[in-house]
Amino acid sequence: MSGILDSIAKPIIAGLGITLRRLKHRKVTVMYPEQKREQYPRTRWRHVLKRYENGLEKCIGCSLCAGACPARCIYVESAENTDEARYSAGERYAVRYEINMTRCIFCGYCQDACPTGAIVLEKDFELADYKREDFIYTKEMLLEATPQPARSAS
Amino acid sequence: MPKRVETLVLHDSATPVLGDTQKGGSVLVTSVETLINQARANSLWPLTFGLACCAIEMMSTVASRFDLARFGSEAFRATPRQADVMIIAGRLSKKMAPVLRQIYDQMPEPKWVISMGACASTGGVYNNYAIVQGADQIVPVDVYVPGCPPSPDALIYGVLKLQEKIKRSQAHSFTDLRLFEGLTGPRSLEKVEG
Repeated sequence: MSGILDSIAKPIIAGLGITLRRLKHRKVTVMYPEQKREQYPRTRWRHVLKRYENGLEKCIGCSLCAGACPARCIYVESAENTDEARYSAGERYAVRYEINMTRCIFCGYCQDACPTGAIVLEKDFELADYKREDFIYTKEMLLEATPQPARSAS
Repeated sequence: MPKRVETLVLHDSATPVLGDTQKGGSVLVTSVETLINQARANSLWPLTFGLACCAIEMMSTVASRFDLARFGSEAFRATPRQADVMIIAGRLSKKMAPVLRQIYDQMPEPKWVISMGACASTGGVYNNYAIVQGADQIVPVDVYVPGCPPSPDALIYGVLKLQEKIKRSQAHSFTDLRLFEGLTGPRSLEKVEG
């Protein structure tokens, strides 16, 4: 009888004691979809192509980001700016700027390599999707919204 | 007044099932499938299939801070026979690919696959001879979760996306409900892609 008490009842009570003690602790769960945890200051997630305040794109289509990318997930095609169609502050701009989000490892080397600070990895981590074609993020998807319609041409 | 389905015969997918020819779908399929989809979406049992560092984040997802149990997915199963969703967490080497396929085949219908992280989805930085460039070359993938590795929140977002997909899925025939795998056969690859 005492064997049963020692080998079964006591461990159960001891175990439940831990449960009881934990009850008064702070709750650690982040209720994710309703409430998001604060991301760390240097968290790197979804890329954003930045603009200057006057609406011109910062990207000058130099492909340094593509060169720095260890996963080779960035594709840049550049063209010359003209006076009629001016997109960026430099001589050239990116006609096509594509990032394969599934291949990207969010290392931030592109951000480091960028001479104009055009590409910035921000904190939007909700990137999951159903089709792999949808993960080729084009320039239109990456470019941030114009502050105000500043571009006179086109 | 909807027509009552008098007899229910189990078919192969080629034969039209009673109720399919009725306008507006069959009583059996339409009323039951919502319930079934809800039940399936809210009790997704993942398979323990950690292949690399993504598995650490996958473990963290189940732990108390993120708590995948809030979505009914806490029961990670070590056997494919009891799992609903395979989370491919990590780089899939060519040597592992046949094993992955076999384990996928051993999972009972209905089954889903989440490709977690850059390596599982496309190969990531490992564009070399040893790594499969995308797990979808081996198994049909339902949800891709980018990231290297995806944070637990990102994986939870992927699981939620999968739940949405399951809740939205519509069965057009009795076979589509995939209630009895042994009688209706496994679902074909084409159906998954479409």
